[in-house]
Amino acid sequence: MGVTRSVALALALSPLAALAQSQATHGDDSQAIMQAHAAQDEAERAARWQQLQQAIFGARSLQDGANVVQIAAPEHALDAALVPITLTMKSAMPLKALYLVIDNNPSPLASHFTFGPRADPRILKLRVRVNQYTFIHAVAETTDGKLFVSRQFVKTSGGCSAPVGADDAQALKDVGLMKLHLLGTFSPGKPLQAELMIRHPNFNGMQMDPITRGFTPARFIRTIDASFDGTPVFHLDSDISLSTDPVITFGFVPDRKGTMNLVVRDSDNALFNHSFDVPAG
Amino acid sequence: MRADHRDTLEPSRRHESPEHGAVRVFPLQLSQPKPDAWGRQSGYPAVSTLALLSRRDALMLGLAACSMPAWRSASAQAPRPWPTDEIAPGIHVRHGLDEDVSATNDDAIANTGFIVGREAVAVLDAGGSLNDGRRLRASIRQATQLPIRYVLMSHVHPDHVFGAGAFSADHPVYVGHAGLPRALSLRWEYYRARTEAILGKDSVGAAVMPTMLVHDHGEIDLGGRVVELTAHGLAHTDSDLSGFDRQTGTLIASDLLFVRRVPSLDGSLKGWLRELALLKSVSAKRAVPGHGPTSVKWPAGCRDLERYLEVLLRETRAAIKKGQDIDAAVKTVGLSERARWALFDDYNGHNVIQAFKELEWE
Repeated sequence: MGVTRSVALALALSPLAALAQSQATHGDDSQAIMQAHAAQDEAERAARWQQLQQAIFGARSLQDGANVVQIAAPEHALDAALVPITLTMKSAMPLKALYLVIDNNPSPLASHFTFGPRADPRILKLRVRVNQYTFIHAVAETTDGKLFVSRQFVKTSGGCSAPVGADDAQALKDVGLMKLHLLGTFSPGKPLQAELMIRHPNFNGMQMDPITRGFTPARFIRTIDASFDGTPVFHLDSDISLSTDPVITFGFVPDRKGTMNLVVRDSDNALFNHSFDVPAG
Repeated sequence: MRADHRDTLEPSRRHESPEHGAVRVFPLQLSQPKPDAWGRQSGYPAVSTLALLSRRDALMLGLAACSMPAWRSASAQAPRPWPTDEIAPGIHVRHGLDEDVSATNDDAIANTGFIVGREAVAVLDAGGSLNDGRRLRASIRQATQLPIRYVLMSHVHPDHVFGAGAFSADHPVYVGHAGLPRALSLRWEYYRARTEAILGKDSVGAAVMPTMLVHDHGEIDLGGRVVELTAHGLAHTDSDLSGFDRQTGTLIASDLLFVRRVPSLDGSLKGWLRELALLKSVSAKRAVPGHGPTSVKWPAGCRDLERYLEVLLRETRAAIKKGQDIDAAVKTVGLSERARWALFDDYNGHNVIQAFKELEWE
């Protein structure tokens, strides 16, 4: 009985109820009701995106980005606290920046990449937390200021309040440790992909202690700066939506043998600085 | 409403009720077969059906629920005891379903049970909800009137600890791994919200924390019957506790041992293999798995688990070495095990992610 009542009352309080009511009282056609719910959900999601778009991009207009940026994410995420996302930029237009928005996360703007002169912005991979069924939007910004948007729906729940993993104590011990894997063979002037791994719990402060009612203090990565021999590759503003121990794959163009430098700053203002030889020493 | 209403209420009474307020909630339900031990019958509607209630129906149902005499009498009834197997003298085990928590199973999905000494009883995991725990308590009271002095909390997962509150009136010693309080403090609320979204409000109750912590080894004495306790390193979770009943040579493995139901990895893959190797050297006649049959031979009963974990280790390492992405690894690793386990598709991918996260830092 507990379920029936709580679900029913929750529904009664929800704005969906009005629509459900008008449908439900007209017979047993549950298909029609379900379609009505879906339509309502769709309307709510569209409204949510409108709000976010306004908040992030103001009055600037967004164009269909199907041919500019593609999102690959699992339709049903297996682990809400670690949802792998691949962004593929297909446009010949030079790109300035990329925004990743997870609409229904508590802090929706998950990542904002700004590309530097040494970047090869054709691919980005990252791992994020997804808190509930949501659209994920990717917005690519060209150097001349045009915005192109693509989206994908992801089904999962609980990624943000999800318990921190058993190994997070370990992660805190090694916090700031980094690894860089070059994916491919170095050749001067040729684009190369690299996978950056960072030990960081990225605590998002959303796990509540049932006794004290207090929350785990948040501690998460705010910025990452990658540069090759002093020339920027990318700057990333990130937030609590990145998974524990973030792994980011990005492209860059090493014009010669040199050094990839990575500077990570977290919300405690801890600064982690590592350099890697390219090609690996 | 108290959660135990669900337990004793006949399903037919839950649904039909024109005379109690003209609620037509489940037009699909014309006849109701008798429920099984879990209080279920085939064709019981899923929660999503409930979400189709209109506002008016919802309000009326609330009123109807309060005015229905059936509910009042239900709350006065004692919880129905679970069937249990006495797998060794004095050790009774309730078989958990190879399912995930659902509105129809009270989260009674883990093997739970109790062990009876000369002077006292120890609960071997209290189950996945207050109802689950209450029914286990009823099973205990069918078998013995000895005081329930200990409740083991084998690890942090909800299907093993959410029944703990059902024993609070017995004022038992709640026994757990030294890491359990921290693990529970980080996870209880999250698990509670998720479980109560399915089972209903108050199906879990207030958080219960262990009052006796085991650091490496410990023991409890039930009167001429000592149960040895071992707190394990990072394995299935970060708070795994096992028990060993000297008198019958029975290993209480809990979720360090999965049989038939696919293991779920939430601690460390390498750690689990390490702890399993240690457990194999325990000279037990039998073991009680956390999921699967109520008793298996030991150590033969851990062969499948060990093989699964080794496959996961080998194939995840190979995927990382090949430079495969985590999402590609999820689709390939462990598939040779697919036909051997219940719920494989629900957990294997998640296990691969956990393994990948752990092994990519090697």
